[in-house]
Amino acid sequence: MTINGWLQIAVFFALILACARPLGTYIAAVIENRRTWLSPVLGPIEKIIYKICGIDPLEEQHWTRYAGALLAFSLFSALLLYAIQRLQGFLPFNPQGYGAGSVSPDLAFNTSVSFATNTNWQSYVPESTFSYLVQMLGLTMHNFASAAAGLAVAIAVVRGFARQSVQTIGNFWTDLTRSTLYVLLPLSIIAALLLCSQGVIQNFNAYTSVVTLEGAKQTIAQGPVASQEAIKMLGTNGGGFFNANSAHPFENPTPFSNLIQMFLLFVIPGALTYTFGKMVRDTRQGWALFAAMSLLWFVGVLTAYHFEQKGTPMLEKSGIAMQASDDQPGGNMEGKETRFGIANTALFATITTDASCGAVNGMHDSFTPLGGLVPLFNIELGEVVFGGVGAGLYGMLMFAILAVFIAGLMVGRTPEYLGKKIERKEVKMAMLALLVLAASILLFSAASSIIPLAKGGYWNPPGAPTANLGNPRAHGFSEILYAYTSGTGNNGSAFGGISPNTPWYNLTIGLAMLIGRFCMLIPLLAAAGSLAAKKQVPVSAGTFPTHGLLFVGLLAGVVIIVGALTFFPALSLGPIVEHLLLS
Amino acid sequence: MPTQLEENPVTQTVQASADPTSLGLSRGKRSRPLYDPPIVKRALVDSFVKLNPVGMAKNPVMFVVEVGAALTTGLLVKTVVSQGPGFGFELQIAIWLWFTVLFANFAEAMAEGRGKAQADSLRKTKTEAFAKKLNGAKVESVPASTLRKGDVCVCEPNDLIPGDGDVIEGIASVDESVITGESAPVIRESGGDRSAVTGGTKVLSDYIKIRITSNPGETFLDRMIALVEGAHRQKTPNEVALNIMIAGLTLIFLLACVTLAPFAQYSVTAAGSGTVPTVIVLVSLLVCLIPTTIGGLLSAIGIAGMDRVMQHNVLAMSGKAVEAAGDVNTLLLDKTGTITLGNRQAVEFIPADGVTDAELADAAQLSSLADETPEGRSIVVLAKEKYGLRGRDVAHLEAEFIPFTAQTRMSGVNLEGRAVRKGATDSVRDYVTERGGRFPQKVSDASDRISRSGGTPLVVADNDRALGVIHLKDIVKGGMKERFEQMRVMGIRTVMITGDNPLTAAAIAAEAGVDDFLAQATPKDKLDLIKREQASGRLVAMTGDGTNDAPALAQADVGVAMNSGTMAAKEAGNMVDLDSNPTKLIEVVAIGKQLLITRGALTTFSIANDVAKYFAIIPAMFTLTYPALARLNIMRLHSPESAILAAVIFNALIIIALVPLALRGVKYRPLGAAALLRRNLMVYGVGGIIAPFPGIWIIDRLLGILHLA
Repeated sequence: MTINGWLQIAVFFALILACARPLGTYIAAVIENRRTWLSPVLGPIEKIIYKICGIDPLEEQHWTRYAGALLAFSLFSALLLYAIQRLQGFLPFNPQGYGAGSVSPDLAFNTSVSFATNTNWQSYVPESTFSYLVQMLGLTMHNFASAAAGLAVAIAVVRGFARQSVQTIGNFWTDLTRSTLYVLLPLSIIAALLLCSQGVIQNFNAYTSVVTLEGAKQTIAQGPVASQEAIKMLGTNGGGFFNANSAHPFENPTPFSNLIQMFLLFVIPGALTYTFGKMVRDTRQGWALFAAMSLLWFVGVLTAYHFEQKGTPMLEKSGIAMQASDDQPGGNMEGKETRFGIANTALFATITTDASCGAVNGMHDSFTPLGGLVPLFNIELGEVVFGGVGAGLYGMLMFAILAVFIAGLMVGRTPEYLGKKIERKEVKMAMLALLVLAASILLFSAASSIIPLAKGGYWNPPGAPTANLGNPRAHGFSEILYAYTSGTGNNGSAFGGISPNTPWYNLTIGLAMLIGRFCMLIPLLAAAGSLAAKKQVPVSAGTFPTHGLLFVGLLAGVVIIVGALTFFPALSLGPIVEHLLLS
Repeated sequence: MPTQLEENPVTQTVQASADPTSLGLSRGKRSRPLYDPPIVKRALVDSFVKLNPVGMAKNPVMFVVEVGAALTTGLLVKTVVSQGPGFGFELQIAIWLWFTVLFANFAEAMAEGRGKAQADSLRKTKTEAFAKKLNGAKVESVPASTLRKGDVCVCEPNDLIPGDGDVIEGIASVDESVITGESAPVIRESGGDRSAVTGGTKVLSDYIKIRITSNPGETFLDRMIALVEGAHRQKTPNEVALNIMIAGLTLIFLLACVTLAPFAQYSVTAAGSGTVPTVIVLVSLLVCLIPTTIGGLLSAIGIAGMDRVMQHNVLAMSGKAVEAAGDVNTLLLDKTGTITLGNRQAVEFIPADGVTDAELADAAQLSSLADETPEGRSIVVLAKEKYGLRGRDVAHLEAEFIPFTAQTRMSGVNLEGRAVRKGATDSVRDYVTERGGRFPQKVSDASDRISRSGGTPLVVADNDRALGVIHLKDIVKGGMKERFEQMRVMGIRTVMITGDNPLTAAAIAAEAGVDDFLAQATPKDKLDLIKREQASGRLVAMTGDGTNDAPALAQADVGVAMNSGTMAAKEAGNMVDLDSNPTKLIEVVAIGKQLLITRGALTTFSIANDVAKYFAIIPAMFTLTYPALARLNIMRLHSPESAILAAVIFNALIIIALVPLALRGVKYRPLGAAALLRRNLMVYGVGGIIAPFPGIWIIDRLLGILHLA
């Protein structure tokens, strides 16, 4: 680990920290329907949208109606994407002439679900599958919509804590519109321009064929990349324009563009903790979440960076320098881009899985076992370390409910969080969410590691379960586990080494994504509804303090222990044993 | 204000029982040793009775263990029949899994046993009695069990009172030791707040006529038996929530263990060596991981909490009420009897100009000689203590005593041409000026000063001369200030309720250290205050005894009715204090908190324990598949069998080891939430992570030494 590497990590964190308050304040104003400095421009547009859609922006919804609106919206937009994919051959902006043939029904299902759930798991190679229209109208639109929906849910959950003795938690349509219009769009436009300045391409050209210096023929894919790239990171979506994702030089050409991308990834989740503090009228509460998240983030980066820099005994034996020097990065550079190096790849891998982004600038499959454990475990923790746009906050609030309930009894009172009593309903909903996520990851992984799918059959064209794996041994198990973890966690990053474009994987991972998204946010909306109806207990010396270091430690501890207890057996047969087998 | 206004016959008899150094969670007079042999004996039998799966199914965690134990036993039988290998290991696992269930059952049976023993002794007193029922003017003898609501009976000395009722005529001393355990008789009389009598208690003297207020089977004694026995125990809200959480965790661990089989299958194929863990091993892992410690002790903790309240001679109508006591934010306390001693006492004589202290003291004493009120007596005592004035023989003085009346608002004595009076400032001023005297400014000032400081001034006059002022003062019970300070640290606001004027109330409130006060309180004010507190999200506790307290008692989240109070009050509250000691509310709050803390502590401990168990079992499971995993065996357990067995044994033993903690409750300290949390997290969280490592290691060694694995 080098000073330079740590400095870059520090700069990244300083930027996130610096933006938390200003952006958080702004988002709070947007979400509380207050005037912002963008209102003169966007206000009229907003009004027109409400008028066309017949929305009364001030109408309040009960949590069931809120959830119903969210489900209807997700279903409709997923169906739309399915149709666009299947019909791309008849639609414009298709210079490569891709037809329905390149998108099977199971792939179209998987992709629709994947983008509607903010997962962006990609079973396909984008540049050889989809027309520009699908990428722009289908995928990029979803990048906005699914992120805005996540943000809306988080805000609704926070309202549950902030309000008292009411039956409603806001209006989904207003939240969706305002967060897209006032938060995601302006930031994306700026980000896209910044990325263009670094060399990210933006065109509608057909692919270019070139002859390389070695005399080989190469097809260079083109497309409207920058516009998709910005929201891909900002909305913690992660679905790359190209298969290589942010490791591709057209997506992420320079170290500075890399910094912009990482910044975009964390900036909203970081700011939302402040928004949360603002909305519950105690910013210390927001900073406590920020601190717990930062702690978990730091442990992750430290571990990943340490093990990637340390390399493996095998690499050392083959004569590769393990120590960083002026002209050598040292450590494990396999699957990493030289323009990013070890520190920035370890950092990127950590934050893309801390959040539910899933964009990658290096190949997680090529990480050392424990370096690769970090992204895997991050997702298994529920992606609550800053987390996806909105999803991170409501996930962390779920853990806060559990932490307060487990330890809160120890102060001799019915546990309270932010003045709201944590009782039967809240515990039930939080446990339900936790249980369903664990079930999805574990059961699908278990099935995929043993079900004897006929070789070359319909469900699994390449053959037996392990036939889809690049590595049949312990590492192969990590790959299966990672695939369902990523799907359920709505992360979307792939460990690689697995060929998931088969009906079995497309359908099961598709299901995992649906379960991971909706079986988490519906119980949380239910909890929010129950919380909003409660009275607020005034703070006293007997109140469990949820803003100090003690709570920060407790919250981080509960996140880690719950994750570790659930997944330790599985992890011990994957990355942990891989690590132990190294030496 | 006149002096003898505040009249609260119930609380006047109560003495301060404050122990200023602790919240007094000492054990009350009903306490039994923790392991009382007859209770243990019954609990041992009950542990087996409770194996009935129908009852076990109510406790999801222990039900899973029982199913696991049954499954293991089945597989053991299979091994025996097929004469397969591994009999010794499987036998031991099966035995210890059954022990795990039995230990949890034993804990619950122990907790219940204490209540049952008490119910038995109550039942013995419930012998068939005959009632002297009034039929018109005729008295006829009928079995007590035939009495219905509204019947009227008479009771004479040595009669058992046939049922719960209100005294409608007469006054009697009654022995209530059956319910209170207190042998000193109490007075019951018609009218007022001492009219309620309880079936099964005994009239010692005099004669009373009572109207029955409850039907057979619904009497106080019946309810009391049902309550201490825990016959209809309902889970409290926090217990329900906790049950959901540990059931959820159990399901998660079930998933982790069930999916471990296919994961192992994959790994065995990939590694080309080893075998998939057997069902028995997976069951062992599951039982070790699921929160059996809290799952096994949860109901015992709840029952024991109720029992602890009972040991303090408080009868809680539901566990919910005890739990709510822990949550209380605001404590409403009556001033008289709770915060102050029942009566005001004379503390100072302030003479007018030209009058000596001794002269004033002498007059004051004279005026009080025949005054049998506690205030009057305290004046005599002060005069004696301060000026050595002996009490004089009243009869010998040939004096005429003038009693206190509401019109004159004065009392005193006429003797040897003197007319000594004492009374409220205004009355004495009128008395003196009527007789042509002058009321000295100094006396006026002094009495104002006393009023402002919360005391009561009594002016003493001799004919037309005002001699000076006696300072009567409410005496705050010893240790109350410290207790209120502890309450404040715990985040509980104390509000003093009094009929005094705001000035007096403020002064006493300041002296006692309560956070707030409600002066000149009517029952309606009290009710409004409770509603106001509740509207802002607070939970309120209060005590009361009179019928006019009933609405407030019913409205409060925790309403403790005094046993000496009216039936209406007892019906309205959710607890009855058999000792009629209003200060006990504070102890009930502490017990409620202790109950919640014990649950939280054992939950945290239970979950924290899992870390070590993983390190014991996971490497043991896969030694053949992945020998490299042996490096996770950081405890260096000597064989896979002994590692698994040691974890299972530790898991079972920890339940039995924590039974005393569950029954007694975690030691409670009145600290702020932050300090309490830090402490308990260290002890039960961090301690819970560390403790099993040496524990499992020692068991592993022992198993090795004994050649058991």
